[in-house]
Amino acid sequence: MTRARRRTLHGALVALGLVPLRALAVGALRGDLGANPVETVSHATGEWTLRLLLATLAVTPLRRILGRPGLAPFRRTLGLLAFSYACLHFATYVALDLTFDFGAVAEDVAKRPYITVGFTAFCLLIPLAATSTRAMVRRLGRRWVTLHRLVYIVAVLGIVHFLWLVKADLRPPLVHAVVLALLLGLRLWWRIERAREERGPGFARAETRG
Amino acid sequence: MPIRRPERPDAVALAEITDRELYLRRRDFLRGAALAAAGAAAGLACGAEAGDANVEARGEKLPNVVPGPREYATDEEPTSYRSATTYNNFYEFGTDKTDPSQSAGSLRPKPWSVAIEGEVAKPGTVPFEDLIRPHPLEERIYRLRCVEAWSMVIPWVGFPLGALLRRFEPTSRARYVAFETLFDPEQMPGQRRSVLDWPYREGLRMDEAMHPLAILAVGMYGAVLPNQNGAPLRLVVPWKYGFKSVKSIVKIRLQEEQPTTTWSDSAPDEYGFYANVNPDVDHPRWSQKRERRIGDIAKRETLYLNGYAEQVGSLYAGMDLRKLF
Repeated sequence: MTRARRRTLHGALVALGLVPLRALAVGALRGDLGANPVETVSHATGEWTLRLLLATLAVTPLRRILGRPGLAPFRRTLGLLAFSYACLHFATYVALDLTFDFGAVAEDVAKRPYITVGFTAFCLLIPLAATSTRAMVRRLGRRWVTLHRLVYIVAVLGIVHFLWLVKADLRPPLVHAVVLALLLGLRLWWRIERAREERGPGFARAETRG
Repeated sequence: MPIRRPERPDAVALAEITDRELYLRRRDFLRGAALAAAGAAAGLACGAEAGDANVEARGEKLPNVVPGPREYATDEEPTSYRSATTYNNFYEFGTDKTDPSQSAGSLRPKPWSVAIEGEVAKPGTVPFEDLIRPHPLEERIYRLRCVEAWSMVIPWVGFPLGALLRRFEPTSRARYVAFETLFDPEQMPGQRRSVLDWPYREGLRMDEAMHPLAILAVGMYGAVLPNQNGAPLRLVVPWKYGFKSVKSIVKIRLQEEQPTTTWSDSAPDEYGFYANVNPDVDHPRWSQKRERRIGDIAKRETLYLNGYAEQVGSLYAGMDLRKLF
């Protein structure tokens, strides 16, 4: 992929990632966010955080399946978009839902399991976003990779947060859970494969190496 | 339908004082006024669209509606008709709030009949028209508090549930009333999935059911109930969480034992039989201390028994409401 092409694709991805936000802004200006606009914004920003997190986690498997290692930088773009929606989601909750009643925030975080896990997921995203620059990647080296494995935990917590919030219809969070299971399952499968290859008889390795 | 004199000569149904259009769309109107000023042409186009949606949904106006007892009415501003008819929990038509208004068109509220059975001297299946004919229709402006921590103010049109039950002569063994919603996946597409154990069932203790605050509603905002709000007949018990107010009722059964109810059956630790609005008893997953009145951004304090403690508080004297939630 040429540099220019990659830049265009990045621009397009960011623009695409901001479409839901634009829809919310337009809806807010028109007074067209439904009967309970705070809930609409809260649900939309939450769901887009999860979708973008899943998209982020899909980059590595796609690189491998499509044989396109050049996709790697898009992982950061998607991850930062996910973080942006997570910030909006959290801000909606603190500013609009609880109108800056920090006592109520603390009580929720301590007492309501779905908020506890959601808040934990959000907190864990912060160091990932903070260390997403090229300079930080270089500075942290191997430790960067270890640190960024936190994203798996964040995704699981995010989906648990969604699941525990639902009253009776579990389908929407379960759809997200299935996608996440698939993405994590692939990684696990490849890891097992690689371990088997490394441990296995010499000819297997020779064969795969051609 | 007999015409009942208003209790006080100056008591006039809200729907009769204000111009209907404005009454139903005050907020839309105010918001719209700013828009309209921006440009007549554009304003007309937008206004017509919003207006049509309201007219369509409003339905047939109910005649001879008199105001209900003054001490029961709230003077709080009713929720916009649009919000009250597009933000609904009626899982029989889908689990999103906007699903019922979009898919309740498949419900056929006419013809309709209701079976009254169990511990009554005169059981039977009664056509809807015969069921409501003897009852003067009253407007009851009530707060509605959903278990999900949002609330509305709805001008219902209906009559006391107790008056209806008395007609069928409950026996001495009648201690509870059980209600059932229609079960017909063809009319109610949400029932094709087992999100809940259909048909939807609810119940009241006999003294709750006989309390004059509990009504059966056939309309709201002066007109026939829209399908998504539980046409043609629904319960309204304003001091309990909204899910107690069962919609599109086809069966009323009086019985000696406490009936099983849908939500309590689905999650017994989260939803009790009583489901009285109570800011001191949290839902296990969220606080019930505050609620968002639809139309507001900031939340307000939730009131014990949804502000009807003076009327119905005595029904629960001596009960441990943390256990019997």
